[in-house]
Amino acid sequence: MHRTKVKVVEEALDANNTIASANRSDFDRAGVKVVNFMSAPGAGKTTLLERVVADLPGVRVGVLEGDVQGSMDADRLASLHVPVTQLNTDPSFGGECHLDANMVRSAIPALPLDEIDLLIIENVGNLVCPAEFRVGEDTRVMVTSVTEGEDKPLKYPLMFRACELVVINKIDLLPHLDFDLDRLLYNIDQVHPDVERIVLSARTGDGLEAWREWLIGVAAHEEAIA
Amino acid sequence: MHELSLSSAIVNTVVKHADGRRVTAVSLRVGALRQVVPDTLEFYFEFVARGTVCEGARLEHELLEARLRCNACDHEWSIEIPAFRCPTCGGGDVEVASGNEFEVESIEVEESECIARK
Repeated sequence: MHRTKVKVVEEALDANNTIASANRSDFDRAGVKVVNFMSAPGAGKTTLLERVVADLPGVRVGVLEGDVQGSMDADRLASLHVPVTQLNTDPSFGGECHLDANMVRSAIPALPLDEIDLLIIENVGNLVCPAEFRVGEDTRVMVTSVTEGEDKPLKYPLMFRACELVVINKIDLLPHLDFDLDRLLYNIDQVHPDVERIVLSARTGDGLEAWREWLIGVAAHEEAIA
Repeated sequence: MHELSLSSAIVNTVVKHADGRRVTAVSLRVGALRQVVPDTLEFYFEFVARGTVCEGARLEHELLEARLRCNACDHEWSIEIPAFRCPTCGGGDVEVASGNEFEVESIEVEESECIARK
């Protein structure tokens, strides 16, 4: 018995990326654009979807709802009469804190791809792991809210760099908080220069039009974005 | 906290290349931008490796500094804090020259002396 060194030189997440590419091909073939929608727990992802998914002129939306457990978010969205598919990471995937390409692959047969133009994949609330795992999306959006602190881009640069749009939510709360919005915008710009940003309140509707138009733009885009 | 998922990814990659041989060491190249905590990674790796050919393998890593290159003025620099704007021209179109790596560089395996291994 002797020991040998074997050269590997392989990105450890290659296996995930290969499956993500297969997902992406399936979505492309069906003519469906895909958004990977990420944030910390409680930033307002589901509310942001509730406010717009039933009202995107010319765009048929479907939602893939990722949660560790339960279908509360899926139930909220299903009441808007858009197709929602629940994907729990708990029973079959060991309670993972993020969606990966393989989990999304397992959900594809349950997705009504022929009936939708835009699939929004609501990832598990988490600012770390979802940034590492592509799932076959065209583009990635993250939501941060003004109750989370101005320093979050500096603490979670992976996430703030892994997206093409940053949505800043809950601005209706600004009068009640010691929160410096300019500081947050500056920190976002430091970590991800010139990334697209939308400042809004899902609760009051302030800024929601820009969010709606952005999603319509993704669905209308001929070429892949990312 | 992402070290658990990353450990699983490492084990899967190593198992594929080990081809059934017992693995005694795994060498990684880890970019500083991946925000990996080495002790945490080792802790999870030991756990995830149990019952695989990687069980008991030593985990080694080379940490690669984060280096950026500005596409506007070609300035290249290294960063320790997450500030990605070019300090020379202020441009935001920058490329990560190094620091994003998370690679299995090599593995050390036990070979039996007998070549005619099934």
